[in-house]
Amino acid sequence: MSTIDDGIQEHAHSYHHGGPSAGKEDHGPWKHIIGFVISLLFTALALWMVVAHIAHASMLFAVILALAIAQAFVQLFFFMHISESHAPQWPFHVWMLTLGLLFTITVIVGSIWIMSFGTESY
Amino acid sequence: MLYNVENFASHFFVLGDPLIYGADVSIVLVSLAIVFVLTYYKKWGWLWREWLTTVDHKKIGIMYMIAALLMLFRGGVDAILMRTQLIMPNMPFLKAQHYNEIFTTHGTIMILFMAMPFIFAMMNIAVPLQIGARDVAFPYLNAISFWLFFFAAMLLNLSFVIGGSPDAGWTSYAPLAGLTFDKGPGENYYLLALQITGIGSMATGINFFVTIMKMRAPGMTLMRMPLFTWSILAACIIIIFAFPPLTAALTLLLMDRLAGAHFFTIFDGGNPMMYVNMFWMWGHPEVYIVVLPAFGVFSEVVATFSKKRTFGYASMVASLIAIAVISFFTWVHHFFTMGAGPGVNSFFAVATMIIAIPTGVKVFNWLFTMYQGRIRTKLPMLWAIAFIPNFAIGGASGVMLAVAPADYQFHNSYFLVAHFHQVLIGGVVFGMLAGMYYWWPKMFGFMLNERLGRIAFWFFNIGFYVCFLPQYWLGWMGMTRRIYTYLPGMGWTFWNIISTFGAYLMGVGFVFIVLQILYSIRYGERDLTGDPWDGRTLEWSLPSPVPHYNFARIPEVTGRDAWWTMKEAKQKGEMQPELEPLKPIHMPNDSGRPFILSVLFFIFGFGMVFTWYPMAAVAFIGILLSLILRSFEYDTDHTLSVDEIRRTEAAYGRV
Repeated sequence: MSTIDDGIQEHAHSYHHGGPSAGKEDHGPWKHIIGFVISLLFTALALWMVVAHIAHASMLFAVILALAIAQAFVQLFFFMHISESHAPQWPFHVWMLTLGLLFTITVIVGSIWIMSFGTESY
Repeated sequence: MLYNVENFASHFFVLGDPLIYGADVSIVLVSLAIVFVLTYYKKWGWLWREWLTTVDHKKIGIMYMIAALLMLFRGGVDAILMRTQLIMPNMPFLKAQHYNEIFTTHGTIMILFMAMPFIFAMMNIAVPLQIGARDVAFPYLNAISFWLFFFAAMLLNLSFVIGGSPDAGWTSYAPLAGLTFDKGPGENYYLLALQITGIGSMATGINFFVTIMKMRAPGMTLMRMPLFTWSILAACIIIIFAFPPLTAALTLLLMDRLAGAHFFTIFDGGNPMMYVNMFWMWGHPEVYIVVLPAFGVFSEVVATFSKKRTFGYASMVASLIAIAVISFFTWVHHFFTMGAGPGVNSFFAVATMIIAIPTGVKVFNWLFTMYQGRIRTKLPMLWAIAFIPNFAIGGASGVMLAVAPADYQFHNSYFLVAHFHQVLIGGVVFGMLAGMYYWWPKMFGFMLNERLGRIAFWFFNIGFYVCFLPQYWLGWMGMTRRIYTYLPGMGWTFWNIISTFGAYLMGVGFVFIVLQILYSIRYGERDLTGDPWDGRTLEWSLPSPVPHYNFARIPEVTGRDAWWTMKEAKQKGEMQPELEPLKPIHMPNDSGRPFILSVLFFIFGFGMVFTWYPMAAVAFIGILLSLILRSFEYDTDHTLSVDEIRRTEAAYGRV
């Protein structure tokens, strides 16, 4: 379990039962710092590749897409603690992740479908 | 030198319009009056200690509500000005540019700075009380959310007198909102104000999601939650998923404007329709963000004032969730006329029509709740009943608009204007007013005057139909939205006169609401019971106004409508569970930093609007600094002693 998750648990707990203050044991925010730096690197890399035109457009699209997916995993593992679920709450995690995935796919696939107008033949 | 100053000032301040000079004067006078009153009554310290630094969800809710009412006033004045301009053909009242600015700020303010804070007000006030919690999950973040919203609203309103208002419509479509066609700082104001308030909205969405998921009283399972709390949960899910596309769209447009990028320009590989696409990915779910909480309020009000439990609770929950999910699959219906082809348009047309089904389920459930109920037409119930026919007409015209081929006729006409005002006013504004009347005694400890409220209700409700029904006709006759004038002989004059008259009636209704509040502050009946409506949910088990720690003892929930169940048990003389002894309560500390942080955000935004980068950079460093300082703050909470709780409870006569 990490600090953030502890915080919520403790918080909820202590407001109900008047327990002690939250998050006494401190692991340090290293995970977040590493995640933050990786996110910045991925973003900078994508920007640099496009600005410097290091490859063909189609190649660039593929690489940026790959970086975006990697970025999403960084978010999930370094900030959102996807690997640290507890038994009572796992169904909500699964539900929210499914929903998130559904909306993400809708946004991306939907946009491509919508914005490629004029190229279809009927 | 003098010329430079003059030149700067003539661009910096908006000059040459008597209406704006009037606004300048009134802003200065009101500010002076506020400063004078606070100084004269020595209230500066009180303001800082009790309000500006508070992290109490109830006070934050009250501040949200006051801000929302002020913004309702500002947006309403915009509306009155527009309707006055349109009352007759060739009216010389407003110039084209001024009219553009007014309809832009009217839309932006009403959605983002009136509807949003109003729902945040209601959720702040009611949700923690309904689920038996002592505060939200992240009280400090809650204060940040409020102050970010507040200063973003100030930033947008400042544009009116400094630099010029945004003028590309509340949707701010590229390429019109791009640098080629819109040079001034107005659009920058729009983009930055929305970004800043967007951070606050996102934080609120997460905050209340966590609060509802994690902080419910023992025994309150998800299927025992009050429907208002359910509606907020659904709205939070939408907030969390819908705001990112808006943030992205606004950031890219800001990069186009400030950094010479070409995401949404016509040339150099840009694609302006992509902005439209991304905007409505947020824009459509947004209308459900604001209307679902209104549905939640109606569910509470209808059950309470019919003295019956809600009909079809499970189907109510299911339709809330269904609406929340389907709302993400309808966004293209805002730009069918882009011509994405029959495949795309059919898919989104059908998705849009499907959403009418769960909405219809809810309407029937409210009707069945009222059926054979003991209905009391108090003010909240009056607004709830008025909502139903209103929303039914608005919903029906919505389904008409969803028919993609027909939309080619309706698109951007007054038919559309009438439709969305009908669902947004009839749904959201009626809902939030019902919520305000319903929870007012809980917030302030006194009742609002019923008589003045009824006068306001009739003016507003009749005025609404008089104002907006003619606009359906105008739409059919080809009058398009956002035109500032029209020629005689179009056949539009008669209906425009009627419509403007209706807008004035609504204005009178609003004045009566203000009068009602002012009158009741002085003469309002005190609510000594804490349960003036014979309520069903836990907030009515507490005294009014609620002590800052909410519950001296966290209640044990044994069924749906928790407070009603407890009252029934008491009436039947069933064995009351032995009262637990009081325990110390752990509470968050107040903090001035959310306020200061938001002031810094305001300065940052202002610097970016005028591209004064040094100013923005300094403010940005300040923002980072206050975030870092918070990270190293360890003294963030305190414990209330049992004595203190006992004293407070005794003052309410509840020991």
